[in-house]
Amino acid sequence: MKHMTRKATRHTNQNEGLIFEKSSPGKAAWKLPPLDVPEVDTRELLGASERKHLGNMPEVSEIEIIRHFTRLSTWNYAIDLGMYPLGSCTMKYNPRVNEVVSRLDGLANGHPYQPEKVSQGALRILQTLSDCLLDITGMDAITLQPAAGAHGELTGLLMVRAYQQSKGAPRKKILIPDSAHGTNPATAAMVGYAVENLKSNARGMVDVAALTSQMNEDVAALMLTNPNTLGVFEQEIHKIADIMHAKGGLLYMDGANMNALVGKVRPGDFSVDLMHLNLHKTFSTPHGGGGPGSGPVAIKKILEPFLPTPVLIAKPDGTLGFEYNRPQSVGRVRAFYGNFGMFVRALAYTLANGPDGLRQTTEDAVLNANYIRKGLEGVYDLPYSTPTMHEVVFSDKVQAKKGVKTMDIAKRLIDYGFHPYTTAFPLIVPGALMIEPTESESKEEMDLFIEAMKSIADEVEEDPQMVLAAPHTTRVSRLDEVAAARKPVLRWKPS
Amino acid sequence: MRYLPKSPADREAMLKAIGARSIDDLFAPIPAEYRLNRDLKVPRQMAESEIVDWFRERARENGDGFATFLGAGAYYHYRPVIIDSLISRGEFLTAYTPYQAEISQGTLQSIFEFQTMICELTGMEVANASMYDGSTAAAEGVMMAARLTGRHSVAIARSVHPEYREVLATYAHHQGMPLATVSFTDNARLDLKELDKSITPDIACVLIQSPNFFGTIEDVAAIADIAHKHGAMLVVSIAEAVSLGIVEPPRQADIIAMEAQSFGVPLTFGGPYCGVIATREQYVRQMPGRLVGQTTDRNGKRGFVLTLATREQHIRREKATSNICTNQALIALMANIFMTIYGKVGLRELAKHNLAKAAYAAQQFGKHAKVLFSGAPRFNEFVVQTSEDPYAINGRILEHKIVGGLPLKKSYPELGNAALWCCTEMSTRAAIDTAVGSVAESERSVKSAKEQGDVQEVAR
Repeated sequence: MKHMTRKATRHTNQNEGLIFEKSSPGKAAWKLPPLDVPEVDTRELLGASERKHLGNMPEVSEIEIIRHFTRLSTWNYAIDLGMYPLGSCTMKYNPRVNEVVSRLDGLANGHPYQPEKVSQGALRILQTLSDCLLDITGMDAITLQPAAGAHGELTGLLMVRAYQQSKGAPRKKILIPDSAHGTNPATAAMVGYAVENLKSNARGMVDVAALTSQMNEDVAALMLTNPNTLGVFEQEIHKIADIMHAKGGLLYMDGANMNALVGKVRPGDFSVDLMHLNLHKTFSTPHGGGGPGSGPVAIKKILEPFLPTPVLIAKPDGTLGFEYNRPQSVGRVRAFYGNFGMFVRALAYTLANGPDGLRQTTEDAVLNANYIRKGLEGVYDLPYSTPTMHEVVFSDKVQAKKGVKTMDIAKRLIDYGFHPYTTAFPLIVPGALMIEPTESESKEEMDLFIEAMKSIADEVEEDPQMVLAAPHTTRVSRLDEVAAARKPVLRWKPS
Repeated sequence: MRYLPKSPADREAMLKAIGARSIDDLFAPIPAEYRLNRDLKVPRQMAESEIVDWFRERARENGDGFATFLGAGAYYHYRPVIIDSLISRGEFLTAYTPYQAEISQGTLQSIFEFQTMICELTGMEVANASMYDGSTAAAEGVMMAARLTGRHSVAIARSVHPEYREVLATYAHHQGMPLATVSFTDNARLDLKELDKSITPDIACVLIQSPNFFGTIEDVAAIADIAHKHGAMLVVSIAEAVSLGIVEPPRQADIIAMEAQSFGVPLTFGGPYCGVIATREQYVRQMPGRLVGQTTDRNGKRGFVLTLATREQHIRREKATSNICTNQALIALMANIFMTIYGKVGLRELAKHNLAKAAYAAQQFGKHAKVLFSGAPRFNEFVVQTSEDPYAINGRILEHKIVGGLPLKKSYPELGNAALWCCTEMSTRAAIDTAVGSVAESERSVKSAKEQGDVQEVAR
């Protein structure tokens, strides 16, 4: 435990009950201005529809709310506190200027239905971001509407289906590598496609021979993550695309790992037909404890007629507007135009970087992952020795001999002041430790991480029980998830 | 680049440690023919001050400072300042999805409180951690009903938000789920006779919105009776969450799919907002989205975890209840703080202010033009029918830096020159009077033009 003092130390944090436990009648945190219109008789206006009581909603004062949520916040780990090496999640720095510009009055208070004449600022933001993302991806057209990555996948596969339908039949299957994110098969099912697994080869890449034999006229598309979830670039990408295209299939790219490519290589140039981006990964919009995200879908020209409505257009008079009349469109995928607030942040990030900054960002992200790989090789088992891009996947093979699994190592990492890496994913690596440092980590922070991981490996040899009982320094120890699922308590109830 | 924490010497040292000659070595796995050998065509790197200026300029082109009478699924309510103070804490803003419960208790407990308050307000037994927005929540709610009933078609009220209906059509299309539309009567409430006839044995659920798109509160009990009589479920969409402060919640529903944007979430040109699904305990295993549950740690201490994950895509893959992964956690936190601020008494008072403003405005408009659908209770929206095209009237109102009601021609051509107006606690009497004045002026000029025409006719 000699290294632990370098990064983490214990400090007091405060206990805090549920807000309902602080409530008492007569306390309030609100004040409305005097009504400047006549009061109304609610009984007369609403009749039987009038609500009589608001159940157990809390009554608390402002200072209590501030302390409540501030205390809760101190129980969280966050990027602002340190490295977040979650694979395929791209937990990078969330610049604060993004937050400032997204709150400017004219943008934060813009109503989605206000006339286009007084929406030109917002529309210009949509257009500028679209232009940037199109050059970054090398694609021809884009929709910004999808609310998150999985929603982008849904939108993308709807377009695949509409495209195939226009060629005669929607086809029946989507091919998905065994290393893929769970959202890929779940999305295919939502669009009415059967999922066919595609196995990876010994180097962790798509098995081109298997693809050749599995590809036929029943397959609508292949959903490929590139670099894949092992952090490996699909070197035979041109062959993969050719195999798909020869039999009328499309190549869909899950852009979760785009942070490895921006400014260095463009999916459009390696024959991807459509892809989604995750603005909350690659383009620095905050994860916020699980969302909001934003999942724009960029496409090649052949798919343009099928874009969801509405589509942003430049009008003859030079102003911007939306076009709703698109007969071949897949339809609308959500109300309004997407998570606009995330567009503002992603564009602010792009402007702060410029072409040189974006390229350097990608280079640093790949440099960091390779540095960690080098630092931990030999200490942890590396199941695939294929070159690493922005993330690296180890396994717990060595430590498992002592009964210590990837989740245990991850929990112990918490005691060293780090958020765990992604555990047990991708599924093709038993006991995976999936590490993506992103560009936001300094050499010092990564040296501490490597040191912590080595120290834990030593601990596994010396005192596996101690590692199995980790974390030791958190407010709560490991929680009983089985009990939580067996008898779910999903809300507070007054005792 | 100011976000990158490395000196050139650091990079050199790291490359050396790796055993690479240059950064290009690390990109060697990418076939050479695909490597980009030019700068991206994006604007040059900007200073922070330039970025702020650029967006300020865009904000000015965007109706900055205009008053608005637009609602229709996106509502302008006051946002107490502590919402942004609290959600700006890095520990909330920059945290990941709380899979690692031991270091995510802040996010987890706050979601547990959010789920609880949504249950209290909707009268349901369980609520999830959030969905993308009200429109996708409604579509997912319908698909949940289809799984629960084993039936495959849907009856949807024409008074549901037109864009929500479009989203449902998109989702339903590839599920092989036919949609039957049920019309509204002359008080804007659902046509119950037509509903009764349209529920065939294959109808999984009836989807309504209350208050509906016109602001009218539906007779949920009567609709639920009809749906249940035919073995169908009732899914109720709520787009204006503040209504829950004074309007009886749709307790008879089986599934409630709501939009919580009104609870402290800025309009932001349509998103990010906050969908939520609430339902009865017995249906929870078919519910999409994340759920937080209470449990204990090894020492018996209370704690919270993400639970019932076997419904979700990362476990079940193609057999999951939905493909949703990332949701709207930070926006749900805004709504959570808003609900905590207003609480049991404030939410009711806030809703009363909305009711009073809308009642006053409807009464004033009614003196000059026709306020439609007056036979049933409504919350903070109402429909005004004018003689002149509402786009033309709105054009003149805009000169006062006021955005008028939403013209309905595109979605409801049968209503003629009608517009949907919304008043919240933010609508001042002065702005209402100005807008009413413009409508009155329009009616007068149409009338005098008509009279002139009549005079000419008589003269002929």
